[in-house]
Amino acid sequence: MSLARRSSRARTSGRRFLGIELAHPIVNGSGTFDAIAARRVFGDALLQDFPFAALVSKTVTIAPRHGNPPPRLWELGAGMINSIGLPNKGLEGYLAEDLPRLAELPVPLFVNVMGSAPEEVATLVAAFSERDEVAALELNVSCPNVRTGLLMGADPAEIAALLDIVRPRTTKPLIVKLTPNCASPAAVAAAAEQHGADAVSLVNTLRGMAMHPRRPGAPWLGGGTGGVSGPAVRAVALAQVREVRERVQMPIVGMGGVQCGRHARDLLEAGADIVGVGTESFRDPRAGSRIAEELERIVANSGGLEPATGSAQRRVAQSR
Amino acid sequence: MTGTTHAAGRLDPRRAVSTRPARPADRTLAPFGRRRLPVVRRVERGAYVVLSLADPDGPEPDPGQFAMLAAAERWGGGADERPFLPRAFSIARRHADGTLDFVLEAVGPGTERLAELDAGDEMWLLGPLGRGFRWPRAGRRAVLVGGGIGIAPLAIWQDELEAGPLVLLGFRDAEHAAGAGLLRGARVATDDGSVGHRGLVTELLSAELGCDPRVEVYACGPPAMLEAVRVLCAEHEVPAQLALESAMACGYGACFGCVVPTRDGYLRLCVDGPVVDAAALEEVT
Repeated sequence: MSLARRSSRARTSGRRFLGIELAHPIVNGSGTFDAIAARRVFGDALLQDFPFAALVSKTVTIAPRHGNPPPRLWELGAGMINSIGLPNKGLEGYLAEDLPRLAELPVPLFVNVMGSAPEEVATLVAAFSERDEVAALELNVSCPNVRTGLLMGADPAEIAALLDIVRPRTTKPLIVKLTPNCASPAAVAAAAEQHGADAVSLVNTLRGMAMHPRRPGAPWLGGGTGGVSGPAVRAVALAQVREVRERVQMPIVGMGGVQCGRHARDLLEAGADIVGVGTESFRDPRAGSRIAEELERIVANSGGLEPATGSAQRRVAQSR
Repeated sequence: MTGTTHAAGRLDPRRAVSTRPARPADRTLAPFGRRRLPVVRRVERGAYVVLSLADPDGPEPDPGQFAMLAAAERWGGGADERPFLPRAFSIARRHADGTLDFVLEAVGPGTERLAELDAGDEMWLLGPLGRGFRWPRAGRRAVLVGGGIGIAPLAIWQDELEAGPLVLLGFRDAEHAAGAGLLRGARVATDDGSVGHRGLVTELLSAELGCDPRVEVYACGPPAMLEAVRVLCAEHEVPAQLALESAMACGYGACFGCVVPTRDGYLRLCVDGPVVDAAALEEVT
């Protein structure tokens, strides 16, 4: 792969990703922004000033899930650990109740799905493939709270087998969300690309735990372990995005501890095509648009990005 | 779930005289985005600190709503390098000029940092958030029951209730009981008997419910107190609205971290609470 600098000046706004027009390169990480709840809290002001260029949904599973028992959160000095456990209404409830409301958002919708077996994932993908409201699908093969997710995303052969079953079920863009909790995310990414994935997103949370402050030997989180996010994982994300970029040609959604435009620029320079924001939105619900504005200024002032690859042409070629 | 309750279709005794515009939502909406606001006053009341923020352009919150707060500078670097996330606080009072009061006690790295702030410092505020108290059902008199720092949302609710409610507050000792001055006419209980009744505030409540069950109870305090209130009210068939607390990352429904178990499953306290009908709960834990 060439590490030559892109000759043309990169723009941060108005970019295409998988053939989808995005107003800027900042999206949310799956499971970190509930637009339906946010609209109850902020009203339609949310729609007029929507912080992300696309909304990535929380993970949808076939059956409804209540999620993990509390406590679900642990604060760290530079981030947090969550053990939420993918609560959702299930496919039927999501299609009936959530999808129509998410279709009212002013941005494209990426739906994230997870199944405990490849056939389940294929069922979910096929169901969303029929819906015009859905611009792209993201496969959660990496959530550290769910044992099966860890297995499917941790091994190149597993991901290949999954995509061989899922890929034929949709013509919509398929993004594979990689787990950092495995021997080689880059090897998994390479297998995903060879077996028909259109993009990868990384990093998901890093598996971690906290001990109960008052019960010796017991974990704090109701789920036992959880996922570490926030500034604590930023350096890991940069290294993994760079590593994946060196192995694949397809676009990358880079994320992990992004708090400002400079962090987003770093991920883009490491090889990401667009950037996800998650934990920072918990502290600042407008983080997405703030970071997009900061990035725009940084790029304008520095004469453009210096990307690790020239992936703009590939993006056009891969448009579906 | 019962959290969405009886507000619809019930007479709101304030509506006829309210100057607030009618609102379509079940809550006062928060402006989209956190606001950087100056601290205008810091007052110590025994173990508690009352911080006042100037928010003249912010909306008038509903009693029982809360806000996410963080110091604008040096948020982090305390114990275990925390805090990182903002902290949820009940809005304790809103003054006519838009000043908002918050009551806090320095018990951890977040509250310790906030307790250091003084007039001239700045804070981030997101809010008002959540669903607040609903008016008492027809023919019922409000009884406010607070424990410790849980007195905060009861102060703004007392301000709003036209007929003066009965106010019962419990504290562990005299230093904490100094907080009782935030409300008017409170009857106080302390664990050590240094102020008022020696014992639990729920003992005062029990006596009241025995005399007159035509009340609606509004309670906020530690889980054990709220559980005792829930049980007492169930025994006397008295409706109760409990303002619960849970650690939150975001305050606006994004993180799913603040859930509490109800009879209908987990409820996100930030968007479906923090005020929850006691009848919706199996137990307060």
